Amino acid sequence: MSLKTKGWRELPIGGLILEGGTSEMYKTGGWRSLKPIWSEEKCTHCLTCWIYCPDSAILLSDEKVQGINYDYCKGCGICAKECPTKVKAIEMVEER
Amino acid sequence: MGKISAKTGNEAMAEAMRQINPDVVAAYPITPATEIVQIFAGFKSDGLVDTEFIATESEHSALSACIGSAASGARTMTATASQGLVLMQEMLYIASGLRLPIVIAEVNRALSSPINIHCDHSDTMGARDSGWIQIYSENAQEAYDNLIQAVRIAESALLPVMVTIDGFIISHGMERIEIIPDEEVKGFIGEYRPRYTLLDEERSITMGAIDFTDYFFEHKRQQIEAMKEAKEKIIEVSKEFNSRFKRDYGLFECYRLEDARYALVVLGSTGGTVKVVVDELREDGVKAGLLKVRVFRPFPWQEIKDTLAYIPFIAVMDRSDGLSSLGGPVFQEIRSALYDIDSRPKVINYIYGLGGRDTKLHHIKQVFQDLQGIDRTGRIDGLINYLGVRE
Amino acid sequence: MKELVEIRWHGRGGQGAKTAALLFADAALGEGKYVQAFPEYGPERMGAPVQSFNRLSDRPITLHCGVEEPSVVVVLDETLLEIVDVVRGLVEDGILLVNTSEIPQAIRRKVRLEGRKVFTVDASTISRETIGQDIPNTPMLGALIKVTGFINLERMLDDTRRRLEKKFKSKPELIDGNINAIKRAYQEVKGE
Ligand code: SF4
Ligand code: SF4
Repeated sequence: MSLKTKGWRELPIGGLILEGGTSEMYKTGGWRSLKPIWSEEKCTHCLTCWIYCPDSAILLSDEKVQGINYDYCKGCGICAKECPTKVKAIEMVEER
Repeated sequence: MGKISAKTGNEAMAEAMRQINPDVVAAYPITPATEIVQIFAGFKSDGLVDTEFIATESEHSALSACIGSAASGARTMTATASQGLVLMQEMLYIASGLRLPIVIAEVNRALSSPINIHCDHSDTMGARDSGWIQIYSENAQEAYDNLIQAVRIAESALLPVMVTIDGFIISHGMERIEIIPDEEVKGFIGEYRPRYTLLDEERSITMGAIDFTDYFFEHKRQQIEAMKEAKEKIIEVSKEFNSRFKRDYGLFECYRLEDARYALVVLGSTGGTVKVVVDELREDGVKAGLLKVRVFRPFPWQEIKDTLAYIPFIAVMDRSDGLSSLGGPVFQEIRSALYDIDSRPKVINYIYGLGGRDTKLHHIKQVFQDLQGIDRTGRIDGLINYLGVRE
Repeated sequence: MKELVEIRWHGRGGQGAKTAALLFADAALGEGKYVQAFPEYGPERMGAPVQSFNRLSDRPITLHCGVEEPSVVVVLDETLLEIVDVVRGLVEDGILLVNTSEIPQAIRRKVRLEGRKVFTVDASTISRETIGQDIPNTPMLGALIKVTGFINLERMLDDTRRRLEKKFKSKPELIDGNINAIKRAYQEVKGE
C-alpha cells in the first residue's frame, strides 16, 4: 500500500469512508500464514470453494476455477476444508 | 410572546419534543424521566407528531436504535435518567464518535447503590467525558428552551447533546412557563439536512469502519476540535434564539457578579435558590454573586477564567462527588481553569444535595459565611466540604 | 399579597394533595401570578401521610428548595392532626385551614396553636353531597381561595370547568359537582 496517510484536518469526520467499494483497496493477502495451493489436475470445478471463500479470492472464468487471488486470500483454509473429500484439490501450506 | 402556562419540567420537555417533531424517538422508561416519553407517546397516538416511535427493551437498545436512526439521516431524540444513562454509556461514545446529532432529554437522578430516585448529578457527570455536549437547566423554562436549541446545536456541531433537568425538583415541579408557538419553533429549528446518511444511494458511505493505530488518534483529534468549536456554535444558536424569542442564554449565567467579592458556582435548580440568597446578602452590603454553569461540555474554561479572575473567594458547588478524594468534577475543572491567574482566587468545594437532599437557604448562606471567614482569616479550613450531611 | 406566599398541603396518599396543589397553581397562573406546585416525594403509599407545596408571587420565583415556613397550611384529613406536626414552621401571621366538621376553636386546642388564624370547613361532607364521593381537595380549593383572597372565585371556577371538561368528557355530572363543591366550601368556611 502506497497511500499517503492523512492528517486529522484532511480526514472525513467520524471515521467515515465517503465512497463505496473501498474494500477492494484493502489487500487482505498480507494476513496469510497458511497458503492454499490449488491443483488444476485434481479440481472437478464443482465451485464449492468459490461459494465458501469469504474474500471472493477464488478466480473464475467460464465457470471454471482458474486459481487463487493471493492479493485478497487471507489463508483461512475454508476452501481446502470444503473441497470434497474425494477430490482434495486444495492443500494448505506454510506461508514463507 | 408565546402562551403562558403552568407545566412540570417533564411536561415542558415533552412539549418541546412535540414541537420539534423528530423523525424518530426510541426510548425505555425510567423514573423520573418516564413521563417525558409517556406524554410524547400520547402525542404520537393522538396524531400530533409524525415521529416513528420505538419502544425498546432497554436503554442500551434505545440509544442503539437512535444511533441507527441518526446514521440513516433521521432527526432523532430520546429521554432517560440515572441508571438508564449508565446503561446507555457504551453507546454514548459510539454516537459521539460517529458524530451523530442525537438529542437526549435527561433527568438528573442519583446512581445506585444505595438505590434512590431523587436528584443529584452523578449520572450526567459520569458521562461528562463521553463526547456529548451537556446543557444544564435551572427550571422548566430553561429545559424547554434548551431542548429546542439543542437540536440546532447538535446538527451544526455534528455532536450529540444532552439537556438535563433536576429530578423531581424540576421534572415534577410545576412552574409558569412560556411556550413558543409551534410554527415559530419549526421555523427556528428548520428542516434537517443530514451531512452524511447511510440511505443516500447516490453517495454510498461506510460508517463504523475499524481504525487502528494509523488513524484512531486523528479521528479523536477531530472530535476534540469539534467539541472546542461547539462553543461558538452554542453561542450562535443562543443568540439567534434570543433575537427571536427574547430569552438570553450564554455558556453560563452571571448573577450580580461584576463587583462580587464572594462567588458561588453551581449547576441546575439550586442556581435559583442561590439567587435569592445573593439578593438578601446584597441588601446587607455583602458583595455576593453567582456563576451558574449552563454548558458544562464543552467546558468554557477560558470564559469562566476571565469572569472569575477578579473574584477573590469562590465556592464551587458539586451535586455529585467524583469519589476520587479530590471533591467533585465541577470543582476540579474550575480550579484548574483558574490556575494560571497570577492573583489566583481561593477556591473551595461543597458537595451538596446527594440523593435529593434538600439544599435550603441557610445552607447557601453558610457557604457565603465560610467564604467571608476565609476573607477575614486568610485561612482555608476545609478545601472540600459536605453541605447538609449529618456528622 | 405578600411578596411570596408559600402553602403546604397535608393529605393522605390518594386524597389528591398533589392535584390540589397543581389546580391551585393553575388557577393562580390565570390571575397572572408566578407559581410553583410540587409534591414531596417519599414512597407513595395509599393512605400514608403526604405533603405537597405551592409558591405564589407577583414576581418570578427562583427558589428551588422545600417550603420551611409556610404562610398557609391546608389539611385535607383531620386524622393527620394527631400524627403529623401540621403547624411546623407556620409563620406568625399564617393561616391553618382544616377539613373537619369541628369549629376552628376546637382545632386550635387540638394542635395547641397560639396566634395565627384557624379556619375550618367540612369539605368531606360537601364533597359527598356534591360530587358523590369523599374527594376533599376540590372543595378545599374553594375554602382556600376565600381565606387567602389571592384568587378570584369566578375565574377559578371557569378554569376548573375547562380543565374538567377535558378530563370528564363522558361524565358531565362530575363537572357540576366539582363546581358546586368549590362554591359551597367558599361560602361555608368558618374562621376565628
Ligand atoms: S484460504 Fe480462505 S481466503 Fe484463501 S482462497 Fe481459500 S477460502 Fe478464500
Ligand atoms: S471445491 Fe475443490 S473441486 Fe470444487 S472447484 Fe473448488 S477446488 Fe475444485
